[in-house]
Parts: sequence; structure tokens; C-alpha cells
Amino acid sequence: MDAARLARGLSRAGIVFGGAFPPNFERWPLVVEGVVESIQMATLSTALGVLIGIPVAVLAARNFAPPPAYAAGRGLITLARTFHEIIVAILFVKAVGFGPFAGMLTLTWNSIGFFSKLLAEQIENIDRGQVEAIRATGASRDQVLLFGVLPQVLPRIVGLTIYQWDVHLRQSTIIGIVGAGGIGTTLYNSFARYDYDFSLAILLVIVAIVLLGEGVSAWARTRIQ
Amino acid sequence: MRAWRRFTRAQSALRLAGRLGLAVVLVWALRGMGIRWEFVADSPTQMRDLFGRMFPPDWAFVGEVADPLVQTINIATLGTALAVILSIPIAFLAARNTTFNWATFALGRVLMTVSRSVDSLIWALIFIIIVGPGSLAGALAVAVRSLGFVSKLFAEGIEEIDRGQVEAIVATGAGRFQVLLYGIVPQVRPVFAGVTIYRWDINIRESTVLGLVGAGGIGFVLNTAILGLEWSRVGLILLVILAVVAVSEVLSAWLRKRVT
Repeated sequence: MDAARLARGLSRAGIVFGGAFPPNFERWPLVVEGVVESIQMATLSTALGVLIGIPVAVLAARNFAPPPAYAAGRGLITLARTFHEIIVAILFVKAVGFGPFAGMLTLTWNSIGFFSKLLAEQIENIDRGQVEAIRATGASRDQVLLFGVLPQVLPRIVGLTIYQWDVHLRQSTIIGIVGAGGIGTTLYNSFARYDYDFSLAILLVIVAIVLLGEGVSAWARTRIQ
Repeated sequence: MRAWRRFTRAQSALRLAGRLGLAVVLVWALRGMGIRWEFVADSPTQMRDLFGRMFPPDWAFVGEVADPLVQTINIATLGTALAVILSIPIAFLAARNTTFNWATFALGRVLMTVSRSVDSLIWALIFIIIVGPGSLAGALAVAVRSLGFVSKLFAEGIEEIDRGQVEAIVATGAGRFQVLLYGIVPQVRPVFAGVTIYRWDINIRESTVLGLVGAGGIGFVLNTAILGLEWSRVGLILLVILAVVAVSEVLSAWLRKRVT
């Protein structure tokens, strides 16, 4: 890094931004297609992630799982959290081919790390009294979970689900870079073709969607609390 | 006699409609996936093949991974440092109690939002165009991406300070800058330190993939190995990433406990 490189960079930045302005929305059908795909990926992966995430969270909650199951649950969560979604996407693209399905599976895998971890912490922090009361009626383990634990964490599950959807929507904008579908694919192609005015248009749309998703998710979370 | 019902008829209808609506959305989303079932059927074989090639990993490759790994850590550290330096003024603009007027407040908030809504990989693509491929583009991407997160949490820390201490400094006849230095900075220092360490940990994880788009670090070696179909090297690199991320997480948890 030196002054000359910086100067060259600045002049290049001028060209790039000159090429990017004004943003070009002419090919908006492509953008819409990408965005719809991103939303579909985010929605489906959130639903699947919650379905898988709830049992994993019970396994990873210290107060309910027997030690070996607890270790397995925690291990799974740690494994799911370690790798960046791009790396996971590469593996899924290899497994099921290019396209949004691979992306959806990536986001689902990601849910296990995120949703289960937060839900497990919530289960660990519940009020013991209510659980004891249900247990005192002679309820089985499943019944204790269903009537003693679930009502206490249900608002949190709904809140986390909405937040998870918002996070997935954001991640679905990038995993397209490795061919896992969504608006990221459209964006990456436009960069590769030096269509900077189209890139800027897509970036603006992404920022707008992320803001909209954040707004919807914040609004929905205040409503259920 | 009327039987007790948990929901009125209208409520039940609404709940049913809600569930149907959800089902329709999910089916619509599923149809959009364009699932190729023959690929899905084939995927267990593919996965077994993949992991079979990855393990045992190519241990001899460790020597060539060391340098890019150091580069990744440098990208994360430099990016975090840059983000912190830039975040301090932005945080003071975006905190309700230290900003000058609504325009500066809005400016602070807009900078935060833009930085946070674009992923670091996309920032990396942009910086690669400007400064060329390499770790400089990576560090800049990490910095710009972290800016929003760091300054948002910094601003919240500033908003939560104790007014009493600030007024005590004002009462001594201190100037605006002196109030900042002696009334506010000592109060927010632990928060700032905690946020910085936390973000550094996140940035280590993000920096491991920046190389996939050409922004330096271990991701670049990973990309080369994947493109070259050298899966035993890929296996080794993934193990190295796993180790680094785990170490940085433990380190950051330990450091945060010490500063707060």
C-alpha cells in the first residue's frame, strides 16, 4: 500500500462511480425475479429451521437434556455456527446443484446455529415453579415440555422466528455469489459484466429490502410482546 | 346449555385463515425452489464422495496455509481498528444526547444503516474494483461493514450514560470538548472496549470468506483449492478455519469478561 496505489484507486473509483450513476433500473424484471427468489428462500428456510430448531434447542438446554444429549445438541449448534454461510453454500451447491434450493438448505443449516442457540438459552431461563407444578400432577416428560415449558417460551419462539426471517433475507442477498440463488446471483453477474449502473440499482434494492424486512420484523415483534 | 369454547367463532375462522395463508405462502416458496429431484436423490452419494475426498485432510498443506491465515487475522484486526476509529465520531453524531441537531443525528443514522445493510462480501466486491484485489480491499470491506454495527452499539452506550457526572464537569466551567473528554469518555470506555472485542470476533469469521471474491486471506486459498478440486486441501482449510474461529470466540469471551 502506497500513495501511488491510493491515487490510482481514487481515479478508478471516479470511473466506477461515474459508471454507476445514475443507477439503471431498465432491467427491473431481473431484479424482481431475484428478489422474489430471495424471499422464497428466506421464508421456506425459516419455516424448516424452526421445525428442526425446536427439538435441537430442547436437546441443548441444560435443564432438560441428559448430559450426552446436551453435549450432542451443543456440538451441533457450535458446528452450525462456525462456518460462514458462503462456505456452507458451496457444500450444498455441490450436493444438490446450483440454484435456490441449495441456498435454502444453507439458510436452514444456519438456523440451527442461531435459532436453537437463542431458544436453548431461553429454555434454560424459564420459571422452574410452573414446570414443577405440571410435574406434580404426574405428567410425563413430553407433557411437562408441552404444558410447562412451551407456554413460557412461545412468545420468544414467535419473536425469534420473525427475527430469523429477517436475518435470512439479508443472508440470501449474498449466497448467490457462489451460485445458491437469489438476488446475490443477479448482483454478482452484474459486477462480473462491469454493469456498474445495474449493480448500483440492485444494491439500492437490497438496501431497501433489508430496511423493509427490518421494519416489518421490528413491528411484528413489538406487536406480539 | 352452551359448551365452553376457547375461541369465538370469528377467532377460529381468523386462525384457520391465518394457517391457510401460511400454507399457501410456503407452497409458493417451495415451488420457487426449482428442486431437481434427481439431484436430491443423488445428494447422499455426492456428500459421501465429497467428505471421502476431504478426509483425511492433506496435512502437508499446513505450511502453505499459515501465511494466508495470518493475513486473514490481519484483515480482521486492521478492519476492526479502522471501524472503531471511524465509529467514534459517527456514534457521537447518532446518540441523541451528544448530537448537534436533527440533521447531524439523521446523518449518523443513515451512515449506520447503509453500512449494516450491505454484506461484507458485497463491500469487498466494491473495494476490489477501487483498490484492486488483495487484503487491502478486504480490510476496507470489513471496516465499512463493521462501522454500522460498532457505531450503533457505541451510540447506545453513550445514550445510557449517567447525566450527573456530565453535569458535574459542566459545573466546573469546562468547555464542550473537555466535557466530552472528562464527563463522557470515561463512562463509555468499558462499553467501547467490549463492543470492539466482540466485533473483532465476528470479523475473524467474516474474513475467512473474503478471499472467495478475491479480497485476500485464507478464503483465497480455499477458493483455489475448490476450483482445483483438491478436496483434501479443502478439508484441511475447513479444519483450520474451525480452529481459528473457536479460538477467537474463546479469546473474545475471556477478554470481554475482563474489561466489563
